[in-house]
Amino acid sequence: MMSSVIKRLAVCASTALLVVSCAKQNKQPFYNTGVVYCSESNPVTFNPQLDTSSTTSDATSHQLYDRLLDFDPDSGRIVPSLASSWLVSDDGLTYVFQLRRGVAFHTTQFFTPTRNFNANDVIFSINRWRLDSHPFHNVSSGSYPYFESLGLADNIADVTRVNGYRIEITLKRRDSSFLANLATDFAVILSEEYAEQLFEQGNPSQIDQLPVGTGPYRFESFRKDSYIKYLHHEDYWRAFEGQALEESSDDSDNILASEQGAADSADVKVETGKKASGSSDASVKQLIFDITPRSSLRLAKLMTGECDATAFPAQTELEVIRNREDLTLAEKPGLNIGFWAFNTQRPPFDNPNVRRALAFAIDKNTLLEAVYFDSASRAKSLLPAASWAYQNDADDTAYNPVLARSLLAEAGIEPGFSMTIWAMPVERAYNPNAIKMAELIQRYLREVGVEANIVTYDWKTFRRHLQEGLHDSVLIGWSADNGDPDNFYRPLLSCGAIPSGTNRAMWCNEDYDRLIDAALKTEDLDKRRAIYHQVNRLMYERLPLVPIAHAYRYQAYRNEVKGMTINPFGGVRFGGVEKVL
Amino acid sequence: MIRILARYSILFVLTLLVLAVMSFSLAYLFPGDVLENLTGIVPANDAQRMALERQFRLDQSYIVQFFYYLTNLFAGDWGYSFTSGIELRDEIGVALPATIELATYSMVVALVIGIPLGYYSGMRCYSTSDYIINTSSITTYSFPVFWLALLLILVFSLQLDKAPLSGRVSLLFNVEPVSGFILLDILLSDMQNKSLAFKDALSHLTLPTIAIGAVSTASMVRITRRSVIDARHQPYIAAAVSRGLSGWQIFFRHILRNALLPILPLMAIQITTLITNTMIVETLFSWPGIGNWLIQAIYQRDYPALRVGMLAVSTLVITLTITVDMFNRLIDPSREKYEHAAI
Repeated sequence: MMSSVIKRLAVCASTALLVVSCAKQNKQPFYNTGVVYCSESNPVTFNPQLDTSSTTSDATSHQLYDRLLDFDPDSGRIVPSLASSWLVSDDGLTYVFQLRRGVAFHTTQFFTPTRNFNANDVIFSINRWRLDSHPFHNVSSGSYPYFESLGLADNIADVTRVNGYRIEITLKRRDSSFLANLATDFAVILSEEYAEQLFEQGNPSQIDQLPVGTGPYRFESFRKDSYIKYLHHEDYWRAFEGQALEESSDDSDNILASEQGAADSADVKVETGKKASGSSDASVKQLIFDITPRSSLRLAKLMTGECDATAFPAQTELEVIRNREDLTLAEKPGLNIGFWAFNTQRPPFDNPNVRRALAFAIDKNTLLEAVYFDSASRAKSLLPAASWAYQNDADDTAYNPVLARSLLAEAGIEPGFSMTIWAMPVERAYNPNAIKMAELIQRYLREVGVEANIVTYDWKTFRRHLQEGLHDSVLIGWSADNGDPDNFYRPLLSCGAIPSGTNRAMWCNEDYDRLIDAALKTEDLDKRRAIYHQVNRLMYERLPLVPIAHAYRYQAYRNEVKGMTINPFGGVRFGGVEKVL
Repeated sequence: MIRILARYSILFVLTLLVLAVMSFSLAYLFPGDVLENLTGIVPANDAQRMALERQFRLDQSYIVQFFYYLTNLFAGDWGYSFTSGIELRDEIGVALPATIELATYSMVVALVIGIPLGYYSGMRCYSTSDYIINTSSITTYSFPVFWLALLLILVFSLQLDKAPLSGRVSLLFNVEPVSGFILLDILLSDMQNKSLAFKDALSHLTLPTIAIGAVSTASMVRITRRSVIDARHQPYIAAAVSRGLSGWQIFFRHILRNALLPILPLMAIQITTLITNTMIVETLFSWPGIGNWLIQAIYQRDYPALRVGMLAVSTLVITLTITVDMFNRLIDPSREKYEHAAI
């Protein structure tokens, strides 16, 4: 009797185990036909022109779209993409771009292109954010934060079509970072034909929800909080490493150089792109973004193979990833900054001495250890050490609660004064745990007699309220989109960046704006560097924000995944990624 | 019969009405704007706000507002989610079947394993095998369900790498949602890798089903065992024994069906526990069900979603409980003496 029970139990248990052990099927070749990326949040839109959050640009920019120019991820140089070559006039005001031929847009369930990429698409894409009167300008939110924060639209005098594959852009003022701006994640090229079609159907906002681009993947479906599915774009123009390469037989790429280069002694840069050939036999047919907000769950999924790569591994998890043989952890110093910004339009934070007092009240080194686990370097100014304009001897605030208290008393702040610290709800390299950091700061502030309340919302609401300026102070940061110092100074603290919502301190200072404008007009790097040092000094005196850390960038993926690189200049790229057993 | 049906339907309607009142009052009780809580639409300007307020009768008495709310509920117009801007009906239409699916499989596991084991142990009560079954069922029953789920994840997913830990099916498969039940949808679809997808979905189902099913199984064993023991002590069993019936005859003729009767009402109570457990386990396995969805709504302060989500879940529980109870009443004439319908 006893034995029969045990037998039965044993049978039950072994059937259960059998079911479980049969279940593991990951060796099937089918599982190699798609790459699953565990991302941290939902993209706000499928058009990176409309949003600066890295979630959006990770999900869209390098997957769905191409830009006129690209950054080489290794050297940081600007390389051709949809523009096969370009030409800058002597005065630095006229840019001529020769466009690549034979670039196909995505054919999807909602759009079938009848023509390839040409000059009209470039003009449409640029004019959409540039011209207030453009029919698509006010579609979706009608705000283009990246371009607005740089004041790029005001600086472009005209964008004209020279012929079907050549366009000319005229600037009003010289801008040494103009090409770099065209290569950022946000300067994507949309399809004019698709826009036209939607406009006729009276449904223009679909362009940002059901996107069409020229990128390596095309849009299939999206379910909020769940997944985004992309399919491989069969006619992608670019051939990736490891696949058959064929030198361009079409000489159109070089016409520009020979014609114009000879005519006037203009500054000519020509680089011949690689022409597509065998990209359609890529093994990866699907790219899936598995939206997993919890970092520990992303790691768990990576370990079980449910994800092939993950976004933003938490600092505490790095050791676990390094210790596992089936996982790879790629690491690069990032072009980013995490900071604590004060809302300088709200009293008493409009008083620089109050801001300085609060900055002296906190110990940055403790924050670095507790929040970043030493995977970041201490920030003195806005620029990380990787930038050419980095100032090693920049002034930095030091932990000094006594000074903080006396500064507060001078400014007439009574003990028991209460303020809010907004902590962003998502993890970013520049601030992997804003809430923890806020709690630490809360304790430091209590020591100097300031009561801090921590506020957080979901990411979308959080950013909307920040833009409305409802915060006293906020813990947030910035990932640069290109290596130019202007990409830190202008969007973060210039007057023009207040309405676009990247100037979290809501700080507007004429001297500051004048200095960074002067830096942009200067071609001489040493002079530019000197100007930025002056800016650093000004920032230290006025302290609209407390720079905290420059974090390293990490990317974790399974060893089967080949071709993943960290892109220091923005979003993750899956073009050319393959899965091999 | 008709009277019973009528009584139960009145009870059902009244309970739902109370729930609807509660859900409606949530729009006022939640912080924030009533109009936004009720519709999920954030009006862009005053003109739009006025129009919406008029449309939702917010300028009239609470009674009128409530009846308009009811008509909207019936029309399937449940408002929009704050965070996604998608119609709540569509979101719940995807999330609820996923929960029902998981709960159903767990229930099936509980019935298929729990009832036979309960009979076995009841028939052999106070023997060694009974003690083993009883002890293990008490132990399983005392497991907190989330702890069991975490343990399963730790052992089978992370250590042994035998089963996936999240979702319903690998995202690489494109399963068209037709019924909302993943296994059924895979069978109905015309995808290429059907059998592979089916296996994949099964492997995703295994751990959560075990986690939820274990507790239900344990309680099912205990309920059945008690019922069988009670049945065995009835005088008609002694009579049957004295008539000289064999053990098997007594079991099949007198115990099997008589012991089942008291199990049914207890199962009705189990349903509530089952749904609750499912919602907890869902969040651990990232199962895209209603529990997970509600948790997200709480995190993101999505008041319209919470309002309708609560209504949907409680309607599900009430419907199941009342149905099982009514069914029980219909097949069990001995309950005739209870005049009133009750939950």
